[in-house]
Amino acid sequence: MPFSLLNLKAVSPEIFLILLASFMVLADRVIAVKDLFFWIALVGTALAWWLCRGVVGMHFVAYNADAYGFFLKTVFLLSLFLSVLISPVYADRERFHFGEYYGLLFFAVCGMMFMASGMDLLVIYLGLELMSLSIYVLVALGWRDARSLEGALKYFLLGSLASAFLVMGLALIYGLTGSIALPQIAHALTGKTSLPVVMAIVFFLVALGFKVAMVPFHMWVPDAYEGAPTPVTAFMSVAAKAAGFAAIGRIFLLAFAPAHIAWSQLLIPFAVLTMFVGSILTVVQTNIKRLLAYSSVTHAGYILLGIIAGTKESLSAAMLYLLIYAFMNIGAFGVVVLLQKESGVGEDIFEYQGLSKLYPLPALFMLIFLFSLTGIPPTAGFIGKFYLFRSVVHAGYTGLAVLAVLASVIAAYPYLRIVMLMYMKDPEREISLAPSPSLWVALTLSALGVILIGLYPGSLLSSALYSVF
Amino acid sequence: MIPVNWYLYLALALFAIGLFGFVGRRNVIIMLLSIEIMLNAANVALAALGTKMQDVTGHILVFFVIAVAAAEAAIGLSLVVLLYKRFREVHMDEVRMLKG
Repeated sequence: MPFSLLNLKAVSPEIFLILLASFMVLADRVIAVKDLFFWIALVGTALAWWLCRGVVGMHFVAYNADAYGFFLKTVFLLSLFLSVLISPVYADRERFHFGEYYGLLFFAVCGMMFMASGMDLLVIYLGLELMSLSIYVLVALGWRDARSLEGALKYFLLGSLASAFLVMGLALIYGLTGSIALPQIAHALTGKTSLPVVMAIVFFLVALGFKVAMVPFHMWVPDAYEGAPTPVTAFMSVAAKAAGFAAIGRIFLLAFAPAHIAWSQLLIPFAVLTMFVGSILTVVQTNIKRLLAYSSVTHAGYILLGIIAGTKESLSAAMLYLLIYAFMNIGAFGVVVLLQKESGVGEDIFEYQGLSKLYPLPALFMLIFLFSLTGIPPTAGFIGKFYLFRSVVHAGYTGLAVLAVLASVIAAYPYLRIVMLMYMKDPEREISLAPSPSLWVALTLSALGVILIGLYPGSLLSSALYSVF
Repeated sequence: MIPVNWYLYLALALFAIGLFGFVGRRNVIIMLLSIEIMLNAANVALAALGTKMQDVTGHILVFFVIAVAAAEAAIGLSLVVLLYKRFREVHMDEVRMLKG
């Protein structure tokens, strides 16, 4: 295909994000009012979404801006928007409120968008690296706290190991099929599931399993989540995970579709382990960021079920779950940010004791998000779990759905324990808040999202179903 | 002419050496080196396969992997510098605050 400007129109949102991110990194020297970057980031995110909507349906060889990509890009941009909203006060206090912070967030989202729309293993690999490299730096932004440095280092080492696996898998697939374009790989693999093919799939499974926090590749998750600045934790817990699943969806359900039976058998034990190890380890956590980290491992296990089932219905349910997860998880981290008046404070779950007596509104927000993470109606979390597990049953994996429900029963305990602490105990120590207008906006938006999707899931559900490739 | 399989065995051996080094050593710089070895193992495989199939894709992939490895090394080494400033040590065993 001849190279022309027409082809580049499909990637205009990514070009826009790269230009804006570069501008924010460079202009940091001359712009002293750092709040300006905050506003640029908010407006830029909204504009990027509008551009994404405009290019749906355009494609060229290695890039397909289809409805699947658009749905997931909405999740990335939504989590970017909410994470930017919860940032300012925290970033000011931890002294990383400058242009590079927002620039790196934008670079990361740009990489995620390439992962969601890439039709070529090279494009997906480069998108994954752009995302990961930006997030390593974001995690290390709180380097004055030794924990942030440690989390960043562990995340970096294990993430680089994962990308080495990805490159090796890419080389194997290239050797086996003679191509790196996803449709050609699927074509070449049809009817030929040999041992080398399974080996290549295992390499991809390890690499992407690291990114979505699949057990046993989850060791970095609690450390990186606890060490990272809280707004960054909120961002990476949702967006990086959604990007990993976007790539898994593309690679496994498109390129490896002919080998579906082989890799779904391989994935089932991992998914079950992920759900149970995640939910059991959540129970013993007393640091709220670690608790939410292990809970994100559990949620990754649920979403993996949607990939294993591999039907249109289950993939759309997994995508809807990612969208709902963005609202409830970033909302929960928003409340954590609200309680972090100083660095290191507000992370112990016993500091939430009696929160409802002192500050009823933050306690109510936390209640909504925790109920949603548990999966109690009428919140969105219930809707997400319901459709996901139902689609898994429809695909014939009834046993897996039963196990998933069991895991979510175990996972309910830590969430409800915090609710119990907030509402049924008297406050023992002084709690102070670090409020900001944008943080309240973010919490209100997330809570509205959680409740409205819980009450009226119909239109989102049909748009998710329409988005599946 | 050396058969392409030999290159692939070499690549897998290099990959295994890198993985072994990554798992076995606790010095952060050695771990970074091991990751480089693993990436270069993939490069050997890609270059050999590209030559075998008379296809330039494999060679182009090598350049992309080298570029990404350079970016990764830049970030990794800057983290090591921060680590050294903080702990006067580049050993993973010394960095153990996060538990649970």
